[in-house]
Amino acid sequence: MSDILSLIVAKYNFWLYIILMMIGLYAMIAKNNLMKKLVGMNIFQTAIILFYVSIGYKHGATLPIIQGGHGGHSAHDAVIRAADYINPLPHVLMLTAIVVSVATFGVAMALCVRIYQRYQTLEEDELRMRVSEKNNL
Amino acid sequence: MNNMPAILVLAPLLGALFAGLAAWIQKQLSYYIALTAMAVSCFAAVSVLKDVVEAGTMQYRMAGWAPPMGIELKIDLLNAMVLVLISAIAFLNLVASVKSVEQEIPDRAPSFYVMYLLFVVGLLGVSATGDLFNLYVLIEITSLTSYTLIALGDKDRGHLAALNYIFIGVIGASFYLLGVGYLYITTGSLNMADVAVILKGIQGSSAVLTAFILCILGVWIKMALFPLHVWLPNAYSFAPVGFARVVAPLMTKVMVYVMIRLMVTVFGLDYILDTLHLADAVVWLAVTAILAGAFMALSQTDLKKMLAYIIVCEIGYMVGGAWLGNDLGMTGAILHILNDALMTFALFLAVGNIIYMRKQVAFSNLPGLFSAMPWTMAGFVLAGLSIIGVPPTCGFFSKWYLVLGAFEAGAYHFAAALIISSLVCAVLFFKVFEICFFASAPGDPDHHVAGSPQPIHYIHAAGHDRAGGDSGAGTHPPAGVMAEAPVSMLAALGLVSIAIIAAGVYAGTIVNTIILPFLQ
Repeated sequence: MSDILSLIVAKYNFWLYIILMMIGLYAMIAKNNLMKKLVGMNIFQTAIILFYVSIGYKHGATLPIIQGGHGGHSAHDAVIRAADYINPLPHVLMLTAIVVSVATFGVAMALCVRIYQRYQTLEEDELRMRVSEKNNL
Repeated sequence: MNNMPAILVLAPLLGALFAGLAAWIQKQLSYYIALTAMAVSCFAAVSVLKDVVEAGTMQYRMAGWAPPMGIELKIDLLNAMVLVLISAIAFLNLVASVKSVEQEIPDRAPSFYVMYLLFVVGLLGVSATGDLFNLYVLIEITSLTSYTLIALGDKDRGHLAALNYIFIGVIGASFYLLGVGYLYITTGSLNMADVAVILKGIQGSSAVLTAFILCILGVWIKMALFPLHVWLPNAYSFAPVGFARVVAPLMTKVMVYVMIRLMVTVFGLDYILDTLHLADAVVWLAVTAILAGAFMALSQTDLKKMLAYIIVCEIGYMVGGAWLGNDLGMTGAILHILNDALMTFALFLAVGNIIYMRKQVAFSNLPGLFSAMPWTMAGFVLAGLSIIGVPPTCGFFSKWYLVLGAFEAGAYHFAAALIISSLVCAVLFFKVFEICFFASAPGDPDHHVAGSPQPIHYIHAAGHDRAGGDSGAGTHPPAGVMAEAPVSMLAALGLVSIAIIAAGVYAGTIVNTIILPFLQ
C-alpha cells in the first residue's frame, strides 16, 4: 500500500496528466453536444502540454539563463552545472504544440458555426436525425 | 551544398504564400502560381532521387545547425521514392483539378489552391524530415489543411465529416506526440538517427515500450487501420473531388511510410520483432482489416464510398506486410506504397471525371458509361485490374511479394486474406463494369439492373446532366453519345495509367535499385 502511495506522490505529474487526459477523452466520446466535445478535445491536448512542461522541471533549478554571463567571461569562472537549470527544450516544443492546438480549435469552432447555421443545433443525436432526413428527401 | 531537399519542401510553401496574395490581384493567377510551385517541387524531387540513387543518403541541415541539435532533412532511398510519388501526384492532380474546382467551388478557388499547397508541404515535410518532433508538426499541418479542404466539399455533410475527422485526428496526433515525449525522456534527443543509436542500449526499458506503443497507435489512427478507420469513408467521400483525388492516394500511404520509418530507422526491426513479440497479433489485426475492408466495400452502393473502403483494405496489406518480419514482406509493403498510390489515384481520377460529367457516382448513375466516356473507363478498368492484381499491372507484383513473404513467415492466414480480398475486389469491380457496360438505359423495356429505385434516380441525374443534348427526351440518357471529360483530366489519367503499367514492368528494377538497398 505504502509502495503505491509513494509511487503516486513521487510521480504526481504523470498521474495528473493521465487523469486530465482521461477527462478529455471521456468528454470527446461520451458527450452529445459538439461544443462539449470540443472542450474535451482542448483538455486532452492541454494534458499533453502539462506532461511536456513537467518533464523539463527540476527541483531547485532556475531559468536557463547564465547569471552575469556577459561576453562569456564569468562562464569560464564558474562551472556551469546542467542540474542547476531547468530544461528549456520541452517548453519550447510546447510553444509549437500550443499553436497547433489553438489552430485546430479554431478550425473546429468555425466548423461548429457552419453546422449550427445549417442545422440550427449542435446536439449530435438531433444532427444525425436531420442529416438522415435530408438524405431521404 | 546541394539545396534541392530544402527547395523540394519550401517551393510549395512559398507558392502558398504568393498564391494567397495573388488572389487579390486576379483569381486566376493563384492557380498558375500553384502549378509553378508544384512543378518546381516535382523537379527537385526527381533530382534528389537521382542523387540519392547515385551517391547515397542525403542530409540537409536546416539553417546550418548540425544534428542532433538542429533539425535535419534526411533523404534516403525510401523517402526519395515517396517524395517523387507525392510531388508527381500532387502536380498531376493540380493539372486535372482546375476544371472540377471551377465547377464545384468557383468562389473559393484561390483558398482551395493555397490550402492544397500547404497540404502538400505537410506531406513532403513528413516524408523528408529526420526529426521526430518536426514530424509531429508537419503531420498536424497536413491534418489541419485536410480538415478545411474536406469542409469545402459536400454542403450537407462535409462539415460534419470534417469535424469527426478532427476529433479522431487530434487523438491520433496527440498519442504520437505523447510517444515522442516518452522517447525524449529516455533518450534526451529528438533526431531519429541519434535516438536510434541511444535506444540500442536501453531496449528493455518499459518507457521505450510505452513510447513505441503510443507512437504506433497514433500513426495507425492517422492511417485508418481497421478498427480505427471510422473517420475515413465519410471524410474522403464528402471532400471536393479535387482534394479527394490527392488525399485518398497520399495521406494514408504517407502514414504507412511513417510507420515503416519508425519501425526500421528509429526503433529497429530487431527490437520490434525479437523483444516485443507483437508481430503475430499485428498480422492478425491486418488480416481483420483486409477482410473487413473488403466486405464493407461489398455493401456500398456509391462508387466513392466503395473505393474508400478498398483503401481500408489496402492499408491492411501494407501493415501486415511490414509486420511479417522478413525482407520479402517489407519489400511488398514498400512496393505497395508506390503501387497503391498510383492505383488509387487512377481510380479517383476516373471517378472525378465521372462526377464532372454526371454529378454523382451512385451505382444508379453509372449505366452507359462505357459508350459515353470510353477513355475514362479504359483508365478505370486498368486501375481496377491492378487493384485485383492482374499480372501486367503493378498491383500484381506487390501482392506477389506480400504472398511470398507470408509463406516465408508461415503466416498462411495473411496469404489467405490477400487472396480472398483479391477475389472480393474482382467481384466489386466486375459488378461496377457490368453496371457501366451492360445495364441498359432506364426507360428501355428490357433494363435489368438489380435495385428498383434506379430509374427514378436516373431521371434526376439526366436532368442535371451536362452531357445534355437530349433534354427533350428527359428520361433517356445520352446513349451512344460521347460525353467525355476535358482533355486535362484525361491526360492526367492517361499518364497515371502508363505509370501503372510501367511500375509493373519495371517492378524488378524498383525492388533492386531502391527497396533492397534500403533494407540492407
